[in-house]
Amino acid sequence: MKFFQLIWSNLKRKKLRTSLTLLSIVVAFILFGFLSAVKQALVGGVELAGADRLVVRHKVSIIQLLPESYKARIERIPGVVLATHQTWFGGVYRDQKNFFMQNPVVPEEFLKMHPELVLPPDQTKAWLQTRTGAIVGRKTAERFHWKIGDKVPLRTPIWQKEDGSQTWEFDIVGIYDGKDKRMDTTALFFHYDYFDEARRGGKGQVGWYSIRVKDPGQAPEVARRVDEEFENSAAETKAEPEGAFIQGWANAIGNIVLIVAAILGAVFFTILLVAGNTMAQSVRERTGEWGVLKAIGYSNGQVVWLVLAESCLLTVLGGGLGLAVAWLMIARGDPTGGLLPTFLFPRRDVLVGLAISLALGLVAGIFPALQAMRLRVAEALRRM
Amino acid sequence: MAGPINWFSQIASITKFGLLSLPQRRGAVLAAMIGIAGVVSVLVGVLSIAAGFRQAMTVSGSPDRAIVLRSGAESEMVSGLGRDETRVIADAPGLARTAQGSLASAELFVIINLPKRTTGTDANVPLRGVGPAALQVRDKLRIEEGRMFERGKAEVIVGTGAAREFAGLETGSRIKVGRYEWPVVGVFSASGGVSESEIWTDAKVLQDAYHRGDSFQAVYAKLNSPGAFQEFKDSLTSNPQLTVKVVRQSDYYAEQSETVTRLITTLGVLIAFLMAMGAVFGALNTMYSAVSARTREIATLRALGFGGSAVIVSVMVESLLLALIGGAIGGALAYAAFNNFHTSTMNWQSFSQVTFAFRVTPALLVRGVVWASVIGLIGGLFPAMRAARLPIATALREL
Amino acid sequence: MNNQSDNTLVIVEGVAKVFHRGAEDIQVLADLHLKVPAGEFLALMGPSGSGKTTLLNLIGGLDRPSEGVVEVAGERLDQLSDRRLAAWRARHIGFVFQLYNLMPMLTAERNVELSLLLTHLSKAERKKHVDAALAVVGLLPRARHYPRTLSGGEQQRVGIARGIVTDPTLLLCDEPTGDLDRKAGDGILDLLQALNREHGKTIIMVTHDPHASARASRTLHLDKGQLSDEAVK
Repeated sequence: MKFFQLIWSNLKRKKLRTSLTLLSIVVAFILFGFLSAVKQALVGGVELAGADRLVVRHKVSIIQLLPESYKARIERIPGVVLATHQTWFGGVYRDQKNFFMQNPVVPEEFLKMHPELVLPPDQTKAWLQTRTGAIVGRKTAERFHWKIGDKVPLRTPIWQKEDGSQTWEFDIVGIYDGKDKRMDTTALFFHYDYFDEARRGGKGQVGWYSIRVKDPGQAPEVARRVDEEFENSAAETKAEPEGAFIQGWANAIGNIVLIVAAILGAVFFTILLVAGNTMAQSVRERTGEWGVLKAIGYSNGQVVWLVLAESCLLTVLGGGLGLAVAWLMIARGDPTGGLLPTFLFPRRDVLVGLAISLALGLVAGIFPALQAMRLRVAEALRRM
Repeated sequence: MAGPINWFSQIASITKFGLLSLPQRRGAVLAAMIGIAGVVSVLVGVLSIAAGFRQAMTVSGSPDRAIVLRSGAESEMVSGLGRDETRVIADAPGLARTAQGSLASAELFVIINLPKRTTGTDANVPLRGVGPAALQVRDKLRIEEGRMFERGKAEVIVGTGAAREFAGLETGSRIKVGRYEWPVVGVFSASGGVSESEIWTDAKVLQDAYHRGDSFQAVYAKLNSPGAFQEFKDSLTSNPQLTVKVVRQSDYYAEQSETVTRLITTLGVLIAFLMAMGAVFGALNTMYSAVSARTREIATLRALGFGGSAVIVSVMVESLLLALIGGAIGGALAYAAFNNFHTSTMNWQSFSQVTFAFRVTPALLVRGVVWASVIGLIGGLFPAMRAARLPIATALREL
Repeated sequence: MNNQSDNTLVIVEGVAKVFHRGAEDIQVLADLHLKVPAGEFLALMGPSGSGKTTLLNLIGGLDRPSEGVVEVAGERLDQLSDRRLAAWRARHIGFVFQLYNLMPMLTAERNVELSLLLTHLSKAERKKHVDAALAVVGLLPRARHYPRTLSGGEQQRVGIARGIVTDPTLLLCDEPTGDLDRKAGDGILDLLQALNREHGKTIIMVTHDPHASARASRTLHLDKGQLSDEAVK
């Protein structure tokens, strides 16, 4: 753009001031990136929920178990294509801090229910054939440096084995990834048969069911039918679309979205102040020069445009740099050491960040721009 | 070389001129103060979350209270004790005693589902059955509204935290417990502790409703002194009839909340660090403008004979003043906005809700003011040095 | 659009200018009449406060008269909107200021180019015009220099180059030698004379220096808002 030289030269004018403003913008956008990753980790699961899946749990609490016999009854309900169950194992690896989800499942049904889980065919075969076999998500495998073939002990306070011990051993036969990069790959899944036979109490009881419905539009209706089926039985159910289930979970963690938005709001407001102040000063110092430009024939509109362009160049440069640094920092992984299910910078949020940086430039520059516009040429020239 | 008294009076004069010129520079000055206020208020706000959560956890645990669980149980959820065991525990040495017996409450709990007020979605609330001595064992308890439930009756009292977070828990309403509906007869407070997130009833009544026979999950006991803990613990762990573990209540809660505390603290510190960096740059920038607006004035003073070091000190004094005012405003804002802001999050052991309030503690406010001062000093130092060193002739020409 | 049969470039008729300073009204010009033919080198002299710069600004479309008509190259300036005035200035006027008014962060050639950025010329075409203008003022070798490394006289030459690069109808100079020593000032006046005699540029120059006004083809005196041929004794 032919005016670039003019705009850029103005930014270079007071290098220290420009650098400081730029740096504070960069830091603000690093924070933005970081908080986006945290938000995605805590509440992002909702977007990835299966539109054609329902979750059925015990009406009172997910902690209470449902009978395995429910599966057949559920599958007979009109609209249901497939049903399978999972149970909360609740184990830890060596140390109580090393916590992640492990569920016994029925492997074939499980894989059919969750096609978003990507497992190479040879590993699938190995899993189906190995009773003590387990597949684990890549995030957890990397966290503990597990490879295929490793034997992994997990200790759970909830389930005792017939022999009284609470440590269970599994063979890692597969490592899975998510089709979508944002998917949680921290969980481990193993054979329900192995689990049910070896556990001392709670035989024939499972944690919750996943159901695939034929028509996602019918999901709420099918959910109602499921709950109706088990009304007044010993274990009443609550069925809901997977998305609603995850949302409820996220809400229970806290109003994360609100907190993140509040922090970012305050930060960006402060940035606006800093950048706006810089621009206002910068414009004020150049009163004479604006006079000259207007004398030469630059119109009011052009002067406004020049100021806004300068302001936006500053904020977008800072924003872009900040987002890039955030990207690099986030790529290094979860700073909490495994407490968060995922940790990445969603592309959509990067774009939002850039848009915000542009908006900041416009808002910071608008008053100085109007000030420059309103300068009377003759007076401005006198003040050079 | 000016003598010390002269030096101080120079500083006083320069500072006075500075304050007099404030109205002219009010744009930059206001920006500097508001910027620092903003940063301090957000920093304090974020850290008040961790402070509040920690408070909820620690208020719950006094050093003279102990919890007895089944050995190997990480939490009450997975613990189980029979009635005989609870009797043995209640007879152990080291416990505080009244005319009615030792202060030990055998307890169990279940999870029920209620809709959260803010989101309308369901979340879990603990429903705890407590023993007769419960009110004395957990003695920061107070009935705020209504009355205590009667033993043997199917009625409940709710904690103020639970009442705030969930719908339908007013005194006089009824809640669904499994198949039944039980009336809420009162509301209790516990100085912000964890119990406030719970609903309480008589242990026996809960056992019957949930077919728990005569089993419990934990015994909460009050020791006759904090030092009696070891005696109490030893007598139980050496008893062949029992397989239990004994912990101080404060340790227990610290453990329970570890995950959440770690999450909040790690994230909080990272956020605070980034914000502090941004604040320093922003402050440097606005301080520079606040000071450079005085360049010509300072040059004039120097031309008149005021010393360079006096200039530096006076500029930094102004800087510090602005920062302190900004910091105080920020702290006040944080206090008004965040203190006692109630919210709840998930207890990862029982997946039930734990309510707590953000706490802007005096310590946090002091920290906020300290940060503001540091930012002000750093932010003012370089502009001050520049103003003092610039060749006078150049400075006089500067706009 | 009135096309005069004679080649009068500038017509100022019955012009008055009043400034409002707070509660006071200051009448700087009153009932002024002036005609400037094309190709003239006119000097306006007068004591400070006499309104010379104000008159120059009115002719250059930088300000509007409180009363009266200002017509330049057939265009009624007092009737144009701000936006159209700006566009008109870009095409028709070149300014030379006492304090040069160069952008300190731009090189000489970029300073000269500023006026051309408002046109639709391509980058290559702009460079051609800039080089030509710098050659006329004799500063082509210093095209890449920043103002701070140029002498006062050189900076003013860059200012003149900027003023002529769009080939304007009228060149307006406000005390062009006011900040220069005698030698540099003479150089500038030589240049202006050459522009007028060899390139046919119409120049109106405000000055208080009789040496400068001696170079012009006609000199008018402005005092208390009135024009006359003779200086008031």
